[in-house]
Amino acid sequence: MNHISPVLWQYLVKWLTNFAVIPPEASTIAPQVDALLIFMTLVSLVGLTLVALIITTFCIMYRREKSPVATQIEGSTLLEATWTIIPLGLFLIMFVWGSVLYFRIYTPPTNAMNIYIVGKQWMWKAEHPGGQHEINSLHVPIGKPVQLTLISQDVFHSFSIPAFRVKREAIPGRYTTVWFEATKTGTYHLFCTQYCGTAHSAMIGDIVVQTPEEYKLWLSSSTSGVSLAQNGERLFASLSCGACHNGQPDARGPNLGHVFGSKLTLTTGQNVLVDEAYLRQAILNPSAHITQGFAPIMPTYQGQISEEGLISLVEYIKALNLNERIQQTTNTTELLPEVPEGPKAKSAATAAQGVAKP
Amino acid sequence: MSTIVSLPDQATARVPKRNYITEENGLLSWLLTGDHKRIAMLYMGSITFFFFIGGAMAGLIRLELLTPMSDLMASDTYNKVFTMHGIVMIFLFLVPSVPATLGNFLIPIMIGARDLAFPKINLLSWYLYLAGGALALYAMITGGVDTGWTFTTPLSTHYVNTNVVTTGLAIFVAGFSSIFTGLNFIVTIHRMRAPGMTWFKLPLFCWANYAAAILMVLGTPVVAIAFVLVLLERTIGIGVFDPQKGGDPLLFQHLFWFYSHPAVYIMILPGMGVISEVISTFARKRVFGYTAVAFSSVAIAVFGFFVWAHHMFIMGISNYAMLVFSLLTMLVAVPSAIKIFNWSFTLYKGSITFETPMLYAFGFMGLFTIGGLTGVFLGTSGTDIHLTETYFIVAHFHFVMVGGMLMAFLSGIHFWWPKMTGRMYPEKISQLAAVVTFIGFNFTFFPQFLLGMLGMPRRYAAYPPEFQVLNVFSSAGASILGVGYLLPMLYLVWSLKYGEVAGNNPWQATGLEWQTQSPPLTENFKEIPIVTQDVYDYEWLERQKEHEVTQVG
Repeated sequence: MNHISPVLWQYLVKWLTNFAVIPPEASTIAPQVDALLIFMTLVSLVGLTLVALIITTFCIMYRREKSPVATQIEGSTLLEATWTIIPLGLFLIMFVWGSVLYFRIYTPPTNAMNIYIVGKQWMWKAEHPGGQHEINSLHVPIGKPVQLTLISQDVFHSFSIPAFRVKREAIPGRYTTVWFEATKTGTYHLFCTQYCGTAHSAMIGDIVVQTPEEYKLWLSSSTSGVSLAQNGERLFASLSCGACHNGQPDARGPNLGHVFGSKLTLTTGQNVLVDEAYLRQAILNPSAHITQGFAPIMPTYQGQISEEGLISLVEYIKALNLNERIQQTTNTTELLPEVPEGPKAKSAATAAQGVAKP
Repeated sequence: MSTIVSLPDQATARVPKRNYITEENGLLSWLLTGDHKRIAMLYMGSITFFFFIGGAMAGLIRLELLTPMSDLMASDTYNKVFTMHGIVMIFLFLVPSVPATLGNFLIPIMIGARDLAFPKINLLSWYLYLAGGALALYAMITGGVDTGWTFTTPLSTHYVNTNVVTTGLAIFVAGFSSIFTGLNFIVTIHRMRAPGMTWFKLPLFCWANYAAAILMVLGTPVVAIAFVLVLLERTIGIGVFDPQKGGDPLLFQHLFWFYSHPAVYIMILPGMGVISEVISTFARKRVFGYTAVAFSSVAIAVFGFFVWAHHMFIMGISNYAMLVFSLLTMLVAVPSAIKIFNWSFTLYKGSITFETPMLYAFGFMGLFTIGGLTGVFLGTSGTDIHLTETYFIVAHFHFVMVGGMLMAFLSGIHFWWPKMTGRMYPEKISQLAAVVTFIGFNFTFFPQFLLGMLGMPRRYAAYPPEFQVLNVFSSAGASILGVGYLLPMLYLVWSLKYGEVAGNNPWQATGLEWQTQSPPLTENFKEIPIVTQDVYDYEWLERQKEHEVTQVG
C-alpha cells in the first residue's frame, strides 16, 4: 500500500483539480469531432433522463399501493411512431455529421506533406522524405497538413493520436493514409491501439508538435544525409532495375519517368491509377501488374526488399516526376558504390525540408 | 411490499412429489436425459462454472490495472488472461446463457409442448458445449492463448506461439452446440405450438429466442469456417489471410465480424425476451405494443447481419462501404429504442410491485439504454475513429453484455427460479444483491467511458500514469460487482433446500409455464393445453381464479 498511496494521492489531486473528460484539442479536426461528441452526449443525456423520468414517474404513480388494478392497454400507434421516428431522425443527423467528418479525416489535402510510418512488433518507425528516421516518436510542424502513409511489417497495428482525434490501422501489405494539421505545440501521446502481441502496451510514443522554426531546426539536425528518394535511387541501381526500366524506346520495362499519378492500361485490360500502393504491388507482385505492351519478365521482389526499402523506391519513382532523369540513373549504375548525387534528389530533400512555413 | 406472492400455506405446502427432478434418480438419468428441463439444468451448472472462471480472470485484469506498470503479471500473462476472459465469457457463458438455460427450460412449456423437437440433439448440444469448454480449459492450463478473443490474423496465424489451434477447435465445437440449440428452437416454435397458440399469442420471450435462433443458425457456421481457415493457415499455411501469398489479412475480420456482430444480438435478444416477461408480470399489464416489440426482435436479427463492417471503419475499408454500414448501424439502433420505450410505457397504468426480477429488469433498462446510446457514438463513423479500440468500446460492450444481458439473465433466473426448483429465493437479500450489482456495475464501467474518451487503448497491461485514478475507481467497483454476483450464488443454493415452497404461480403470471405445477412434470402438462386466452391476458387469469374459487366453494 505504501508505494501506491502517495502516487495515487498525487494523481487524485491532480485529477480533481484539472478534471478532463476529453484529451487536449491539438489539431484542426479535433474541435470538429468534439462538437459532434458533445452533441451526441447531450442527445444521450436527454434520452437517458427521459427514460429514467418515465420509469420513475410511472413507478411512483402506478405502484401497487396506489393502483391496485392495472388498466390493460393494447398500445398506441401514434406514440410508437413518435419514438421510432424521433430517434431515427436524430441517428440520421449523427450519421450524416459523422460521415462528413470521416471523409474529412481520411481525405488528405493535396498540399499535405507525406511521412511514412512503418509499424512492427513493437515499435513505430517514421520515415521522413528528407531522410530523417525516428522510432516511437514523430515530429511535425504546426499549421501544415501532414499526411501519414502507414504500413505494417508484420501484424495489424493502429496508429492513434488521441489529441488529434485521428487513428488509422497499419495493415500488413497495404498502404493506408490519414492526415491532420496540428494547431498546438507540445508533446502528445501516440498509442498502438490494435492488439499486436506481447509488448502491445509498450508500443507507444510521442507526437512532438513544433513551431515551424523549431521543426526546421529539428529537420536539419536529424537528417541521415540521404533522402528517401536518394536511398531509393541507390536501391534502384543495386537491384539493377535500370537494366529494363531505362527509359529507352526499346526498353524491356516501362518508362518510369512521370509514371506516378498517370493512368496505365494493364494487359488484363484494366485501367489503373499509379499511386504509392500500386507501385508497391507492382514491385512485389509484378506478374499481376503487367503494363500493356510489355512481356511478363520482371521477377518478384517479395521478401527481398524491406518495407523501408519499398518506401524509398516508391519515393524515388515519385521523384522522377520532378525532372526526367531516368537516362542518367542507368548511368549511375556504373558509378556504384559511390553515392549518387543529383539535383533531383536534392530538390526532393529540400522540398521536404522547406515545407515549414516561416 | 411483495403483494403478488400468495404462497401456499407453509404448514401444509410441499413441492409436488412427482416432477421432472424426482422422476428418475441417479447420475445416468441426468447424463442421458432427453428432457429439455434437465438439460437446461445441466447447462445452468456448466455455464455458472465457466462464469466464475471468466469472472476470476476479470478480477485479475482489474487487479493488474490498479497500477500503471505491469507489475502483477508479465504482459504476456496479462494478454493471456484478457484473451481467456473474453473467450470464456462470450463463447462459454453469454452465448449459451439465456437460450440454453432459460430458453431450453421454458420455450416448450410456454408454447404448450412436451419437449423440444429434437431431444437427443438437445443433449448432444450440451455435450458439444462441454467438449468445447473442456478443450478451452485444456488450452488454458497448457499455456493459454494470447490472440485476444478476436483472433486477428496474421497475429493468430503467424506471430503467436500459444494454443491457438486448441482454442480455435474449442470455439468451433462450442459453435455447433449453439447451432443445434438454434435449430431446435426454430423447429419447435414452428411445429410444436399447442392448439390455439398462434404466432401472435407467443410470449415475447419466444419471439426473442426465435430471432436469436435464426442468428445462431445462419451466423455460427461463418465463424466456424473462419476458424477452420485460421487453423489451416497456421498448420499448413494455405495463405488465405497472408498478403505474401496473395491473401488478404482483412478478410478474416470480415468473416469474423459477420458472425461476431450478430453474436452480440444472439447474446442480447434472449435477454430482451426475459425483460418483456418480467416487466409485464410485475406491472400486471400486457406489454405495450406487443407486435412492435415482437417485430423489433426480428428487425434486429435481420439488420444485425448487415452492420459487421462498423468494426472496421479505421481499417481502410472504402469510404462508401463505410457509408452503407454506418447507415445500417443507425437503423439497427432504432428497434432497440422502440423496445426501451415500449417497456417504459408498459408501466403506464399498471399495478407495479418491486420484487427482485423487476429490480434487475430496471437495472437492465438503465444500463442497456446507456450501452445502446454509446453504441451510436461508435456507429457514427467520424467519432468512431477517436473512440474505437479504446476503453470506450470496452465500456460500451460491457454495458450491453454485462449491464444488459447479465442483468437480464439474473432477472430471469430469479423470476423462473420458483418454476424451475419449486422453491422461492429469499426476497430481501436478493433485492440487496440486485442493488449492489447495479451500483458495482456503474462504478466499474462508467469510469471506462471517460478513459476511452481520453484515449486509453484497450488491452494494455501498462498505461500512462495519468489514467490511474479512473482505473482505481474501476477496480474498486469491480470488487463491489463481485460481491453482487457471489450473493445470488449463495442464497440460490441455500434456497434449494430452505426456500419457501413456491406453488404453481407465485407471481400470478399469465404464461402457460405458470399454469402447470412447479417444478413441472417431465411431460410438462398432464394434457396439452388448448389456448383460448390472449398473450399476457391478465383478465383471463382473474376469471380463471374466480372460476377455481367457485368450483372449490
